[in-house]
Amino acid sequence: MSGFRTGLGRARGLGASKHGVGHFIAERGTGAALLLLSFWLIPFALAAARGGYVAAREMLGSPVNSALAILTLVVGLYHAMMGVRVIVEDYIERRSTKAILLLLNALIGWGAAAMGTVALLKLTFGSGS
Amino acid sequence: MAEARQEARPRPLSPHVQVWRWHITMAASISNRVAGVALYAGWLIFAGWALALSAGADAYMAYTRLLTSPLGLLVLVGVTAALFFHIGAGIRHLAWDSGRGFAKATASATAWITYAFALVATALVWGLVLGLHAG
Repeated sequence: MSGFRTGLGRARGLGASKHGVGHFIAERGTGAALLLLSFWLIPFALAAARGGYVAAREMLGSPVNSALAILTLVVGLYHAMMGVRVIVEDYIERRSTKAILLLLNALIGWGAAAMGTVALLKLTFGSGS
Repeated sequence: MAEARQEARPRPLSPHVQVWRWHITMAASISNRVAGVALYAGWLIFAGWALALSAGADAYMAYTRLLTSPLGLLVLVGVTAALFFHIGAGIRHLAWDSGRGFAKATASATAWITYAFALVATALVWGLVLGLHAG
């Protein structure tokens, strides 16, 4: 059946298909955002490493730290997922392997983003443990 | 369908990795991809850290014990280096996107600077971490 299709017909939908610009801009946009967020993340990580459990919980009890932590985690994972997607598409040729890896990428990335967000929200809203 | 045709008549391959002499811009490009993948793991560690923190003191102790084990520290230092390299390389990419920095000498120089920045920043951060714990 594929023998009857034109070259253009076969190629359609396989490449960027005019969706590449969105991906390009999203990569740069999240990259620039993460550059700014790293000015919060690195001092925060240092303070958490120094202060331990009590200090980390206290810091993430504040809405500003909590919001920045959620933003950093979600934007970071989104950026990472886009990057890994490009790597998979570049190096994996087999369609089934590629599809499985891209699904895993989305599953792990969004899964970690969701679980991390819930944990961070719990630290802000939850009282006690 | 495209695969079936490829098997019948193999497509010509472009020159591959092993025919190139190693040069710094190539190494930086590869390092940036490796660093990006390492940072994926870094975000998972961060998400796990948040989970452990929200689960209580015992979980947090267990998680930080894992992170401060020799292997855990190696991973953390690696993620730190990857973070700074990826930041440097990312700035380099943003400059390229604006059309700047493509001259051969400039591209090589910025590649070296990215490595140097990653090295110095990683040493600085871990010097701070160790200093804080010693002091």
